[in-house]
Amino acid sequence: MSETWHRRLTFRRMGNICRLGLGVLWLMGCSGNQSTLDPAGREAERIAILFWCMVVGAAVIWLSVIGLALYCVRAPAESFSRRRASVLIIGGGAVVPAIVLAVLLVFGLAMLPGLVTPAPEGSLKIAVSGELWWWRVRYLTTSGEPIELANELHLPVGEPVEFQLESDNVIHSFWIPSLAGKMDMIPGRVTRLALTPTRIGVFRGVCAEYCGTAHALMKFDVVVEEKPKFDDWLAHQSQLAKPATEPVAKQGQDLFLATGCHACHTVRGTTASGIVGPDLTHVGSRRSLAAGTLPNEPDEFRRWIALTEEVKPGSHMPKFDMLPAEQRDALAVYLKGLK
Amino acid sequence: MNAGGEELAAAAAKRRDSEPLAEAPTEEVRRAQEERLMRTWQTPGGWRYWSSANNSDVGLWYTAMAFFFFLFAGVLALLMRIQLAVPDNDFLSAELYNQVFTVHGSVMMFLFALPLFEAIAVLLLPQMLGARDLPFPRLSAFGFWCFLLGGVFLCGSIFFDAAPHGGWFMYPPLTSRYQPDIGADIWLLGFSFIEVAAIAAAVEMIVGTLKCRPPGMRINLIPLYAWYVLVAAAMILFAFPPLIVGSMLLEIERAFGWQFFDPEGGGDPLLWQHLFWLFGHPEVYIVFLPSVALIAMIVPTFARTPVVGYSWVVLSAVGTGFLSFGLWVHHMFTTGLPGISLGLFSAASQAVAIPTGVQIFCLIATLAAGRVTRSVPMLFALGSLMIFVLGGLTGVMVAMVPFDFQAHDTFFVVAHLHYVMVGGVIFPMLAGFYYFFPLCNGRQLSARLGKIAFWLTFIGFNVTFFPMHLTGLRGMPRRVFTYPANAGFDALNFVSTVGAFIMATGVAVIVWDVFRPKGKQGYSPRNPWGAGTLEWLQEMPGKPWGIRSVPEIDSRYPLWDQPNLLRDVDEGRFYLPDAQEELRETLVTSVIDAVPQQCLRLPGSSFIPMLAALTTGGFFIFGTYHLWWLALASLVLAIGVIWYWLWTGTAIIPETEEKDVGLGLKLPIYVSGVAAIGWWAMFITMLADLTAFVSLVFGYFFFWTIHDDFPPDPSPGPGVFWPTVAAAMLLGAWVLTMLARHWNRRDRPVAFYFGLAIAAALEVAGSGALIAGPWVTGLDPTTDVYPATVWLLVLWTVCHVAVGLIMQLYCVARRMAGRMTARHNADIINTTLYWHFTALTVAMTVAVIAGFPLVD
Repeated sequence: MSETWHRRLTFRRMGNICRLGLGVLWLMGCSGNQSTLDPAGREAERIAILFWCMVVGAAVIWLSVIGLALYCVRAPAESFSRRRASVLIIGGGAVVPAIVLAVLLVFGLAMLPGLVTPAPEGSLKIAVSGELWWWRVRYLTTSGEPIELANELHLPVGEPVEFQLESDNVIHSFWIPSLAGKMDMIPGRVTRLALTPTRIGVFRGVCAEYCGTAHALMKFDVVVEEKPKFDDWLAHQSQLAKPATEPVAKQGQDLFLATGCHACHTVRGTTASGIVGPDLTHVGSRRSLAAGTLPNEPDEFRRWIALTEEVKPGSHMPKFDMLPAEQRDALAVYLKGLK
Repeated sequence: MNAGGEELAAAAAKRRDSEPLAEAPTEEVRRAQEERLMRTWQTPGGWRYWSSANNSDVGLWYTAMAFFFFLFAGVLALLMRIQLAVPDNDFLSAELYNQVFTVHGSVMMFLFALPLFEAIAVLLLPQMLGARDLPFPRLSAFGFWCFLLGGVFLCGSIFFDAAPHGGWFMYPPLTSRYQPDIGADIWLLGFSFIEVAAIAAAVEMIVGTLKCRPPGMRINLIPLYAWYVLVAAAMILFAFPPLIVGSMLLEIERAFGWQFFDPEGGGDPLLWQHLFWLFGHPEVYIVFLPSVALIAMIVPTFARTPVVGYSWVVLSAVGTGFLSFGLWVHHMFTTGLPGISLGLFSAASQAVAIPTGVQIFCLIATLAAGRVTRSVPMLFALGSLMIFVLGGLTGVMVAMVPFDFQAHDTFFVVAHLHYVMVGGVIFPMLAGFYYFFPLCNGRQLSARLGKIAFWLTFIGFNVTFFPMHLTGLRGMPRRVFTYPANAGFDALNFVSTVGAFIMATGVAVIVWDVFRPKGKQGYSPRNPWGAGTLEWLQEMPGKPWGIRSVPEIDSRYPLWDQPNLLRDVDEGRFYLPDAQEELRETLVTSVIDAVPQQCLRLPGSSFIPMLAALTTGGFFIFGTYHLWWLALASLVLAIGVIWYWLWTGTAIIPETEEKDVGLGLKLPIYVSGVAAIGWWAMFITMLADLTAFVSLVFGYFFFWTIHDDFPPDPSPGPGVFWPTVAAAMLLGAWVLTMLARHWNRRDRPVAFYFGLAIAAALEVAGSGALIAGPWVTGLDPTTDVYPATVWLLVLWTVCHVAVGLIMQLYCVARRMAGRMTARHNADIINTTLYWHFTALTVAMTVAVIAGFPLVD
């Protein structure tokens, strides 16, 4: 096998591999309800533009540098005068990168104020606390008490929101990839994040800082909807839980208070006012359970109550498998009814 | 002037490059020389083999262990990829996965990448510099045994379900308050060893590259590898101490409840992040630069031309080293820091691409200037370039703060870090394996297997990690033991897993190639690649003495440029062709011009380094398990072993003042003062120590910036009186130490003993006074961060004074035993140097804890 043929084969092989790889990735696409490349918020949109510009630039630079290197490998020896060598080294290694980086820096940092300044006065304010391993959400209304729920957010489309982020345990990070960048929740500090959703839909948020055993199972749902729908939802959330009427649900309601659930959970409208665990006042109408881990179905309620740590390793909620199945059913029906 | 001082000045004044002997010594003489050299440098046999301090043995063990840890962490990675191959997998439980990813990252960074750089430097640096060994052979052995002990602990813990599981970066409060199991302590323990080994290695590298060169190898002629190693070693001195301090704070908080990182007690989790990343960012350059250095040695050989832009490479390496200390906050872009900090660190993080680019273009220019021969090392070098440049470009992307807001803590960063680490460390390492293997045991690795291994690892790597860029941008965060189905990651993760196994196959081919029996294939020819640098003088297989005689150098590529070099070295026509006293020797030279200054006697094999590692290790290990008395006993034993080590192995008064080292040159054997390597070792170690102390002081002022009432007003302690008294006493002890050095020089033993006795008394009293400050004012370090910080500064200072006291006792004992004299005064000189740094520590501690509350 002659050397030139071998070289061409090598190049062609490498080229084919690259093309195949890119093709596979293209097929996989960029869309998703948790994807930074399918933005649904103003901040995520701007960042995505920056990303695409950088990707194109990076591809051009990589191909140029590697192309040059491979060319130099194949090319015959040249006697390089000091001057020519300096031009190549300083030009290619210092001047061109400096120019490119300076441009990039100006472009990128110009974007920064828009991402870190607070939302305008009077914007919707939501306080989110990272817990182990769920999200405590409190809508801070200008009038009266904050409206508390857990593991779900509704946001009005097109309006800026100001998040106030905290943690009283370990470091978490609040991230809704489709809408904006992330912000850490650090014990001892209050951090903030402003964002403006621009598209209606349901999106996923995740915890983006390793926070212990169940870090992977700490997610939340974000529903972006029209303002009137949002207002209705918020008004509904502020209401007390309706007392259970149907017999199984009533039994569940009594068990909730008798078997200790009330010690950790709050159901406004009953005497259950524990704050260690998530607020369950309207848990029946949420999109998921256990911080985005389980679908919101009665069966899943049963599973959660019975198995708890087996569903979510490390969970601080004890499992209630000591209760007879019939009681667990009642609890599940009751909770599902808390819409 | 100190011993050897006048002679050195005279030598420097009349220095001209010497010519080798015009005629070779007779056959008989040469054979006798070689027999003496062999007896002197003989590798011990049987179980005594493990007492060897020869760099070729220690370097081999070090490299083999580092590679073993690489394989161990690689297997952990395969386990992770199996778990992530499909959604909602249950191959590994959440707890086990969290241990696996923590240990994978920790082992790769601390037990593989960093020790590998140390190992290769131990193995090759002396040969590149025409030296017989490193300047402190037993220190390297000690570093190795510490590394082995720490590594075994850390990796072993996973088999007992006791491994750390806080991530390799171990953020509190998770690791300070929410993981009470022993895992985090094992992490802290294991890495205390590595930190010790790293500082030891840094001392070796700096002194080795600057002081132990062949005559005539001026600083602008040293191999690029030596420059890179020098820069990396200097970086270790300033990067490791913040981690050492951070680890100390974390362990003290865990074990004793002192408040540093818990907001309840006024602490702050961000302090850990600053200290960790002050270490963590330079760390990746510390492992990257020496690996690129291997490429810088390989490319000129295969391009058959000297490297183009040598000065640019050196300047860029130094520049990268400096700049890398100004980037650490880019790991903290999402912690809510003010915009201006974000902007500054973003700009700095971008800027570091420039010196890196210059180095890459120098290598490209070298390729252009030469006629490149194909070979397995070149294949890995090109592969490394392709991978690293891509990693560098994604690095520029994440350096852009807005983009980092999305990419931080996702698989995009996992992709980036693996591209730069695999491209910047692993592929160069593999290139180095194939290139330098003949220097290890005289055999060559297989070119055929090498090519197969290259393609498998290259393709496997890209198939594993390229999709991760997309995985991260599609919203998959890091450090997750599983992910839900249909969130958009299923296929991407599966592809990554397939790639991981392809890459593993490639690594398996390399492992086979390295370990397969090579008895039948015969030895490699000498200098098989036709390289130009000194390490290729080695015979195949190498002799334990390294180089036959130490040559006079006048070129960067002596084997290419200096005629008859091989013959002259082999026939002993240069320096040190013999070992007349059957003692191991190498040359010490001046820093810039490599003027020979000293004939350095090196120690031989000994079990002391192993014993010192075990006893020091005992202190850390028993401490981890809270067995305090055993820990204390270990510490006392360690001090005893180190005392014995120094007593029997350092500052030995030679049988004669000067010795003929060949070519008519006579050099002193004993040197003390600024030109002595012992002084350098002390100075370098104290630079690292001072950096650690400054990190502590940084902690104090960090809390001052974030708390209104730090120090609390009115200050509850430690007051002004006791710290001032302590300062007066301890600084008095320092002055007495300097006087004692003077009296020793003037040969006034009574004044010497008296002075040091009073100094000792002042030190004990002064330490008491320093402790009295926080004690009598009732500062309780478990309640709040202010008392904790003050107490830590006080105890740090007291520990340093205690070590200084032991050093002074050592000097008194040496003088009494006649092992230190007016002329042979290295011990008291180095002790005084230590005391300069300790005095600075005392002054700064008192200024901060007593003075600052007054002005605040």
